[in-house]
Amino acid sequence: MQQLEAESLYAELRNGVRGLMQPGAALVGIWSGGAWLAERLQRDLHLPGGDKGYGVISSMLHRDDFSERGLSAGTGATNLPFAIDGCHVVLIDDVLYTGRTIRAVVNELFDFGRPASVTLAVLVDRGGREMPVSAAFAAAKIVLPAAQRLSLTKSDDGDFAFSVREAA
Amino acid sequence: MLSRRNPQLNAHGELIHLLSIEGLPKAVLTQILDTAGTFLSVNDRDVKKVPLLRGKSVFNLFFENSTRTRTTFEIAAKRLSADVINLDIARSSTAKGESLLDTIANLSAMHADMFIVRHAESGAPYLIAQHVAPHVHVVNAGDGRHAHPTQGLLDMYTIRHFKKDFTQLTVAIVGDIVHSRVARSDIHALTTLGVPEIRAVGPKTLVPGDMAAMGVRVCHRMEDGIKDADVIIMLRLQNERMSGAMLPSAGEFFKSYGLTAEKLALAKPDCIVMHPGPINRGVEIDSAVADGSHSVILPQVTFGIAVRMAVMSTIAGNQA
Amino acid sequence: MKILIRNGRVIDPASGRDEVTDIAIASGRIVSIGQMPDFQAERMIDASGLVVAPGLVDLAARLREPGQEHEGMLESELAAAAAGGVTSLVCLPDTDPVLDEPGLVEMLKFRARKLSRCRLFPLGALTRKLEGATLTEMVELTEAGCVGFSQADVALTDTLVMLRALQYAATHGYTVWLRPQDAALGTGVAAQGAMATRLGLSGVPVIAETIALHTIFELVRVTNARVHLCRLSSAAGVKLLRAAKAEGLPVTADVSIPSLHLTDIDIGYFNPDMRLTPPLRQGADRDALRAALADGTIDALVSDHNPVAEDMKNLPFGEAEPGATGLELLLSLALRWGADSGLPLAQTLARVTVDPVRVLGDAIGSLSTSAGRLVEGGVADVCIFDEGALWAVEPGVLASQGKHTPFAFASTGMALPGRVRATLVAGTVAYEHAPASAR
Repeated sequence: MQQLEAESLYAELRNGVRGLMQPGAALVGIWSGGAWLAERLQRDLHLPGGDKGYGVISSMLHRDDFSERGLSAGTGATNLPFAIDGCHVVLIDDVLYTGRTIRAVVNELFDFGRPASVTLAVLVDRGGREMPVSAAFAAAKIVLPAAQRLSLTKSDDGDFAFSVREAA
Repeated sequence: MLSRRNPQLNAHGELIHLLSIEGLPKAVLTQILDTAGTFLSVNDRDVKKVPLLRGKSVFNLFFENSTRTRTTFEIAAKRLSADVINLDIARSSTAKGESLLDTIANLSAMHADMFIVRHAESGAPYLIAQHVAPHVHVVNAGDGRHAHPTQGLLDMYTIRHFKKDFTQLTVAIVGDIVHSRVARSDIHALTTLGVPEIRAVGPKTLVPGDMAAMGVRVCHRMEDGIKDADVIIMLRLQNERMSGAMLPSAGEFFKSYGLTAEKLALAKPDCIVMHPGPINRGVEIDSAVADGSHSVILPQVTFGIAVRMAVMSTIAGNQA
Repeated sequence: MKILIRNGRVIDPASGRDEVTDIAIASGRIVSIGQMPDFQAERMIDASGLVVAPGLVDLAARLREPGQEHEGMLESELAAAAAGGVTSLVCLPDTDPVLDEPGLVEMLKFRARKLSRCRLFPLGALTRKLEGATLTEMVELTEAGCVGFSQADVALTDTLVMLRALQYAATHGYTVWLRPQDAALGTGVAAQGAMATRLGLSGVPVIAETIALHTIFELVRVTNARVHLCRLSSAAGVKLLRAAKAEGLPVTADVSIPSLHLTDIDIGYFNPDMRLTPPLRQGADRDALRAALADGTIDALVSDHNPVAEDMKNLPFGEAEPGATGLELLLSLALRWGADSGLPLAQTLARVTVDPVRVLGDAIGSLSTSAGRLVEGGVADVCIFDEGALWAVEPGVLASQGKHTPFAFASTGMALPGRVRATLVAGTVAYEHAPASAR
């Protein structure tokens, strides 16, 4: 497996997202890795609305695996401190894989209003798509065996790192 | 004796039925409360529906009348996109002598996925849970004197909302405790969540000494019971108690155990006053207190829908 | 038929006999106990490795006839008795119609005799229809075959009626069988205590039993009537019974198999098989009952056999009909109690053989000298069992129509000791588990 250096990939992501921002755009980070990224991006890119001006969104209520896995624990609730109607939403996530989380998150988003557009920026695109979803920007494109789970972690000091786990 | 696994939990310790708070691990309770918080925010959105129970049929089976509780369950189920069927038991086949289990079997044949059951006999939901197919879930909406777990959970949600930390609290439950399923569920939840001081307050006819085995301090004087309390939960006094020779009159009960502003002054200054409803003004609680600044009786109702959404979505997602 | 029971461990609690030997049976009687070389047996039962005991005498069983046939029938319940090694049983009068007419008693005895499975000793109703108002014709009922008079579980609320009933019974030397439970205090569905409080079940306090006992003992003092106390359930009750016996009052008592082994905690998650009357009490009560049965303060162990139909049991706890099947479990549960208490086998067996016969006294006439015993010249009522065999109580194994019992393997996870291999009543084989070798 290639060595993924989270902090350097973040620097790439920051540049990519800067290019996606337009008037009327806002960041929405997907719990939990995307939310951490969105928090830092909001600050580093000095985006409108101040340090708390970004949104966080949970896929929990719209997931398609509810019958098998039940309600997922450990995610925060959706909190969008701005109107969705007419907004250019930039979704931020750590890892893009099957695309099912993105599908669920977009459904959640539409419960709040009608965005002008929805774009996706991710740290890592690991392929394996099962939905017609693509990222407008990905800091890295890799391939991993299906048995491996890739996710972002954040240390107490706020530093990002990747964790790879064998799926149960 | 063979110790049987708690029928509410599957082999992985996940909740598949909600029958009673007793025996549920703290982590399960906390997770439901956390999930309820999410659903509370859903109830503030324009689109108040989420698709978690879409395609599922929820049957409200109320053998004891209760428009309030049944309505909150109906709203909660519909916000989860479930189909809700309300069964009018009084006029149904059960009134014609069909047994409880036959009723359940017939309804299951109509593809019920979840039963919300209120019954006059303690333990009825356990019998039902034992006899339903593996994919069917049971929620106890109140069985006899035994348990009212969703009320217990929403009471805990209310306390957590206003007081944050359970481990520092003194909670007083006042009134007809021996006949109260709400009191029992509250007591189990409070002990599981680590509340250090729980007091059961009322006359000897309504608060027997062996309640202490449940982890409460029995107080027969109201003044002792609510002194320095952070939370006071007032229970409804039912009229049957006078006919059962347990109390002489509602008036005498109010004199000794009714919550007035004067008695409330014995509790902590930021004490909250709760009541599962419906309240009997002037019997267990003064109007001024029920409508006053300490009362959180109305927020309790709001939290009730979110808590029931959390319960139903939690159990529906777990396999037997 | 001439039968030889060979090589079994013959235990007769009444005489103290405990030896491996033979029993020869002819014309319904025991011809000899011991080697009998000239005996030409038509049938031989090989009892090697088995215990040969007197047939069990059960002082409390409901057969559900007449009137409650959806719950039990004479054929099935007497077959259950035989399968349990019970050769004599006392049945309660709360049938439908109530056993308050001599004609009903005669009919019942006649039907039972034809089945040749078990001797039936009916209790007559103490008051007409058990309503607690007028006395029954006790003399007529005794002539028809009643061995005593009882109110079953229907409490006598009028103390004056109870006084008169005891006076009348005492006139003729009849025994009155009473359950000590106060009517108003006894309406709960479980024993009062921490468990019932936690489960939200209405409780029967111990004083429901002790207040009733005080009343009964006072009435016995003034009438000198013989009273048999049915189904003691509490330590406090045992204490009062001990004092009454020490005082010399003519009282005897029994305890049921559930009360001897289980407590209120066994209700678990509202298991309706635990819905019983008297209700299961706490550990201290069970211990007192066990000790009292061991030292003889309580005279007899009974099955309290009560077959309940499926649809009357599969209900929420408080609505379920109280009662459990028991005839086929009496021996095993006696053995378990005896083993737990460290008692010799003979003493254990005494509580289900010779001691119940002593309670019946001369009400069973000449049978009182040989029922519950193995004695030469006496009736050949025999129970042959395998002391060490374990069995799991499962509905499919039971002969009774009542399949519900708190001792179900599914509830307890415990197999029970003691398996009946053969039962003889009046020298006829009434039950056989596995066909014994014939010669």
